[in-house]
Amino acid sequence: MKVFRNSKVIITLMIAALLVAFGTSSVFAGKAANKQKNIILATTTSTQDSGLLDVLIPVFEKKTGYFIKTIAVGSGQAMKMGEKGEADVMLVHSPDAEKKFVEEGYGVNRQLIMHNDFIIVGPSADPAKIKGVKSSAEAMKMIAKTENLFLSRGDNSGTHAKEKKLWNKAEITPVGQKWYQETGLGMGQTLNVAAEKKGYTLADRGTYLALKKNLGLNILVEGDAALLNVYHVIEVNSAKWPKANAEGAKAFANFMVSKKTQEIIKKFGVDKYGSPLFFPDAGKKVEDLGK
Amino acid sequence: MNQETLMKIENINLSRGGVTVLDIPELHVQRGRILALIGPNGAGKSTLLFMLAGLLKPEQGKIYFHGMPIESRAHLIQLRRNVSVVFQEPLLLNGNVFENVALGLKFRKINKAEIKDRVQNALAYFGISHLEKRSVRALSGGEAKRVSLARAFAIKPQIIMLDEAFNSLDPPLRETIIDDLKNTLNETKITAVLALHDREETLRLAQDVSVMNSGKIVQSGTTAQIFNQPDSEFVASFVGTETILEGTVRNCTAGNMIVDVNGREIEAIGDCSIGQKVFCCLRPENITISSKAQEKISARNVLEAKVSKIIRQGFFNKLILDCGFPLIAYITITSCEDLGITHGSIVHASFKATSVHVINREK
Amino acid sequence: MELIVQGIIKAFELIISFDPEVLGITWLSLKISGTATLISLFIGVSIGTAVALNNFFGKRFVISLINTGMGLPPVVVGLFVTIFIWRNGPFGFLEILYTPIAIIIAQAIIATPIVMGISLASIQNLSPNLRLQILSLGANRLQMVWVLIKEARLPLLAAVMAGFGGVISEVGASIMVGGNIKGYSRVLTTATVMETGKGNFDIAIALGIILLLLSFIINYLLTQIQQRQHPR
Repeated sequence: MKVFRNSKVIITLMIAALLVAFGTSSVFAGKAANKQKNIILATTTSTQDSGLLDVLIPVFEKKTGYFIKTIAVGSGQAMKMGEKGEADVMLVHSPDAEKKFVEEGYGVNRQLIMHNDFIIVGPSADPAKIKGVKSSAEAMKMIAKTENLFLSRGDNSGTHAKEKKLWNKAEITPVGQKWYQETGLGMGQTLNVAAEKKGYTLADRGTYLALKKNLGLNILVEGDAALLNVYHVIEVNSAKWPKANAEGAKAFANFMVSKKTQEIIKKFGVDKYGSPLFFPDAGKKVEDLGK
Repeated sequence: MNQETLMKIENINLSRGGVTVLDIPELHVQRGRILALIGPNGAGKSTLLFMLAGLLKPEQGKIYFHGMPIESRAHLIQLRRNVSVVFQEPLLLNGNVFENVALGLKFRKINKAEIKDRVQNALAYFGISHLEKRSVRALSGGEAKRVSLARAFAIKPQIIMLDEAFNSLDPPLRETIIDDLKNTLNETKITAVLALHDREETLRLAQDVSVMNSGKIVQSGTTAQIFNQPDSEFVASFVGTETILEGTVRNCTAGNMIVDVNGREIEAIGDCSIGQKVFCCLRPENITISSKAQEKISARNVLEAKVSKIIRQGFFNKLILDCGFPLIAYITITSCEDLGITHGSIVHASFKATSVHVINREK
Repeated sequence: MELIVQGIIKAFELIISFDPEVLGITWLSLKISGTATLISLFIGVSIGTAVALNNFFGKRFVISLINTGMGLPPVVVGLFVTIFIWRNGPFGFLEILYTPIAIIIAQAIIATPIVMGISLASIQNLSPNLRLQILSLGANRLQMVWVLIKEARLPLLAAVMAGFGGVISEVGASIMVGGNIKGYSRVLTTATVMETGKGNFDIAIALGIILLLLSFIINYLLTQIQQRQHPR
């Protein structure tokens, strides 16, 4: 190690490293210094894992000059962040929890953005024989009855909330059952686990399509009205959290419902998967969806 | 003798874990002289040395340097800057020999040209000029020791202190390094304090000796005083019961030399230059006592002596003889009776030239 | 098997073609972890040296604390940093949650005890008389500390590398406080987690290979240093 022989070399290297480090950290600081320009977007993993945000956010940032910090967590955690004022705007898909969130005064201006649907996926062998079953609750019941492995997100995400609603409808308490496992992971990883363990799971179509190539899981149940997956944007109530960037949140919400954005959402994924991953719904009513 | 006290300590006390490790009412370090602190392991020699070097604070008592008490941190730094310590291990730092010897000078922010000059000077004293650019990792034990000595001398200290500096060296190497140190001390006239536990090293190097035991100084004096007139059993057993005679070489031909000791001549063997100061060491069991001078005897030294003391020691008697200098001899109780030796008897003490152990001192 | 082979082939394509995204993530990781390590170097070495050189009441306790800190779980650090710097936390006014600075802080907290512990040990490993020797050569305190640090520079370098190796491969804290924001706070580990989740195994493998390569380089240098420390 001749390199370290000379202490001068080391000192020079250290100083060089220092300069680089401080040089670059001042760049970070510069970016972070424009506080009003930062928006914290708390969102569900599906919007990030499907790649939609990677397309939308640069457009928004370029247009408005805002800098979006996307924190991709489950819908439940996203709203928890909003509750504590740690996020400015949320893009989530857990309607019941969202309503409560707005009712309790944490969020304002809940607007419908888009939807796709949930699907029940499972191994091609389909040991519970649910393929083609019309009612999702019925299919869940069959999985429970045959005690086939079901992987749950278990993370209070929108998907998890939807899944719990379906179990409710099927009048089954799966928690604690041997065939029911909670991953605590995002959608993509839960799909991977389901594929690996040859189990069933509930997934949003967007993430499923994005991951399909490596999974070996098939869509078994789809098209049920109960499987509708609706995304809303909610701004954090700035009356409650004055530190929140209300203007930025509003700008992002407006951007999401704008015609141009809705057009991008409509086309997103068509080239790659042959069909869109999300259906733009700005201005529509939830009750009209899926009809 | 016209002596000047360079350092003095007064009523020093230090304890560790409730045990007193140093308790010294007084100690003087004389300018230009070489003081040896000797004693068994754990006697407190190193501790005292570190205290003198300003590396260890006494709990009680005062250290004076040039008559000024060391009271503040600034004084302490001042003291440290005038003292140089050589430890048992060479304690060299990564780098080459030059960098190591220059270290103390760099701390003093001396300009480069002078550092170079002084380092080369110091290296020359210890015969290691050729090692200047060598990495310390590539040095032998003896070379490393020389580098650490050169480093200590390069800063031109007022006092140099050596803590058992020769312990880890093999005997032949030890001899040459001690010679180099002796010559350097002679030439530079630097005051030295040496913690030693080897009596021969003490005889070769020291002018003054303080014998230590359990944190106390039990006897102080010149080297000859300590070795010849131990005032306690402890000192006597530590320095040995040999007679140590201080003398000067008068003549030396073909390995036969005449040493002048207090005006009396002693014949010994060895190769010394005339004028060389030496110690002649005589073991008491090698002294033969006769009531009359023998006509023909192989022993080259026959001295008339007066018995000044007879001490019974088990199966033999220890005689302390006065023959112009003190001389110790062991004889059995029976021969003592046969010869009728009593206090004040005049006897003849004889010993062979080959039984005189000569130790060179300074020139 | 096919997936792995394809993944590795694609990964090398991405690396060799200098894919801007992969390159950007790598560079950002190096900058963030490098800065964090540098901060930990200053704090860790100075405190480590101070603890090693001074005797005080409770020194053993402090050393145990530091040694415990060497194994600080990154997610715990992430959690506490998050709580401290989120908008309503005590340092919320800084608005640094979900920024590279937050990652630097968290990583510096993770790396500092590592650097501190190793510096402490390496300074303590020096001969105790070396300090006295340096002082007796006329060094003031600062000069002495500097010489000691220089003397222990190889183990200290090892400390820095251990710290760097620890933080560059750390994911828990980075994802919590950095938020894995694309092109801004997305580092090798968080990107690997996310790309795996997205099923982009090729990119995940490419990132994984880069991370492995960095770890290898670090460990290679570490081994070199340690071998040099014990030549016989």
